[in-house]
Amino acid sequence: MKPTPLVIPTLLASLAANAALATIEVPIAYLELEIERPPVLTNLDPVPADLGRMGAALGLADNATTGGFMGHNYSLSDVVVPLGDDWLEAARTVLADHSIVVVNAPAEALLALADLPEAQSALIFNASAEAEALREGACRANLLHTMPSYAMRADALMQFLISKRWGDLVMITGQRESDMAFAEALRNSATKFGARIRAEKEWDMSSDMRRNIGQEFPVFTQDFPSHHVMLVADEAGDFGPFLEFNAWEPRPVAGSSGARPDAWSDRVEAYGAAQLQLRFKRLADRPMGAVDYAAWAAVRAVGEAVTRTGSNDAGEIRAYILSDAFELAAFKGAAITFRDWNGQMRQPMPVATKTALVAMTPMPGFLHEVSTLDTLGRDRPETACTAFD
Amino acid sequence: MIRSTVSALALTTLLAAPAVAQEVWVSNERDNTISIIDVSSMEVIETIQVGARPRGIMFSHDHKVAYLCASDDSTIQVIDVATREILHNLPSGENPETFALHPDNRHIYISNEDDNITSVLDVVDRRIVAQIPVGVEPEGKAINRAGTIAITTSETTNMAHWINTETYEIFQNSLVGSRPRHAEFTSDDKRLFVSAEIGGGLHVFDTETFEELAEIRFEIPDVHPHDIQPVGFKLTEDMTRVYVALGPANRIAVVDAETYEVLDYHLVGRRVWHMAMSDDETKLFTTNGVSGDVTIIDLERQEPVKSVKVGRFPWGAAYRPADS
Repeated sequence: MKPTPLVIPTLLASLAANAALATIEVPIAYLELEIERPPVLTNLDPVPADLGRMGAALGLADNATTGGFMGHNYSLSDVVVPLGDDWLEAARTVLADHSIVVVNAPAEALLALADLPEAQSALIFNASAEAEALREGACRANLLHTMPSYAMRADALMQFLISKRWGDLVMITGQRESDMAFAEALRNSATKFGARIRAEKEWDMSSDMRRNIGQEFPVFTQDFPSHHVMLVADEAGDFGPFLEFNAWEPRPVAGSSGARPDAWSDRVEAYGAAQLQLRFKRLADRPMGAVDYAAWAAVRAVGEAVTRTGSNDAGEIRAYILSDAFELAAFKGAAITFRDWNGQMRQPMPVATKTALVAMTPMPGFLHEVSTLDTLGRDRPETACTAFD
Repeated sequence: MIRSTVSALALTTLLAAPAVAQEVWVSNERDNTISIIDVSSMEVIETIQVGARPRGIMFSHDHKVAYLCASDDSTIQVIDVATREILHNLPSGENPETFALHPDNRHIYISNEDDNITSVLDVVDRRIVAQIPVGVEPEGKAINRAGTIAITTSETTNMAHWINTETYEIFQNSLVGSRPRHAEFTSDDKRLFVSAEIGGGLHVFDTETFEELAEIRFEIPDVHPHDIQPVGFKLTEDMTRVYVALGPANRIAVVDAETYEVLDYHLVGRRVWHMAMSDDETKLFTTNGVSGDVTIIDLERQEPVKSVKVGRFPWGAAYRPADS
């Protein structure tokens, strides 16, 4: 095997510290739309008010240190749009000064932003919305996704279950849109990997909860056929956390609760992740969540592209991020890259309980001709996205 | 492949051995211990209790004491080689991960991984004499033989920082692949090698011009490129070979350090991290983090000869010759 020729331009490789470099300004905006959180059975785990924002802030701090050696000056503007305020008006204001925007907002709001005339030359990162359509038929060339899709999360879990030979499943689904979307992804994934969802039930909240959970769930789950694992699609964490040990059969729970596949878990420790977890905790005074991770990854991806290209132009940054040269060390054991057919970030994904990591996916043995990370989610031949052609 | 190579000759040598024979000391990150491997018998002969989360480990240049990064205790422990006693703890700054000892046998350059700092410790006065701001997650450390340049690699900043050891100032930064883990100078100080774990390459720099001379890449049949993650490595004194630990690829690469051609791969334990080499350069000892063992490679026969079980998550390894 021959040594590979240099991939880094000499200009960058031999930058002198503190030399008279032309300073590059890299302003990044973090834009969030407040949403109404549904009521859930327990109030012990509120969604942090700064979820996502703190991830972006850590990404900025990481970039700024590198930038200090390179003459690159990163800044982050936080804009949180309260419920009832004009989202698109706020978006226009942000886009007037920023060509790089990390967004934490539901899919419809995100798409409306991406379709603004002001956004056409911008680079937008989706750090929270998991809807498949954003990566498929409704994909946009100016929109990249650091948050995994429902399909990627479902595939991660299904690979784990198949690896354990736990292919007989039942599923309980909530009634919210996100529950149904994740349930659909789990169904598709079961088909894709050869698992069987033998029965499904919908938890409609009409049960008499004056009877306690320990009385309600056994009856509700009593008529399920025999199964290895009970899947739960309850994305808000409403009833799902109470299924384990309260069902009729003593079976593990996985999905939205129990063993949960996600972009991140505060239980990830290997791959240098302990350092990222500690840095985040010092900054935010709480554990790092999936939206934090996705926002962090978006800001870091920009930082990596600016470091390697020496440019702060959104178009050049986008082109570099989607190129083969891009890679980001992101504390999950393999370099992070982006799918050039729909802008989705390829990534290993933890399957974890609240107390421990269960597995890091993709699982060994799930092979792919290009990247094993492409065994998670829709692959290039199946894509309905044409905006990246 | 596990094979006993304890020959009659080796036994004779062992019996006639001096007070301390050739040893390899291995830090076990999640056991808070050091495993001491006797080189001739290839067995663990002693386990020492040390501070929390031991990682970087090395001997003083006279091999009288061992230095250990007890990361979670935020200290450098000094261990007497003859008695195996911890003599004292030295200040290190927060969370020391790795370090390098200056040729003066007195100053240790330490990576404080959570604070973006390189600390310089004076082991005689037992105090930190300088703290140098570096990139995010400083890791690899190297000092040239002349003692004029100290290197710190920053894992998240993806740079090797070149530090002037007189002024304690960074005078050059070199961008490398993602997550640089380890750095070493050639014995003539003319070249610097830096491994990039996620980038997957081993970078070689000219120490006068700071130009990158090569990036060595690795390819192993049936091993996914994601899993080829260069971490620790060792250069031979004659600068003809460099042995590179490839992490989850579970291999040590044998590389021609002049042509940069990869010559061979040796299968070792799981997630191989760092290594130590005997002073006659006939044996290599690799720490295999996930399988909890050390693979001993016979460099003359060019094959692994034994796996030695050590503690949980062996991280660093250091070799000491027999007392003369």
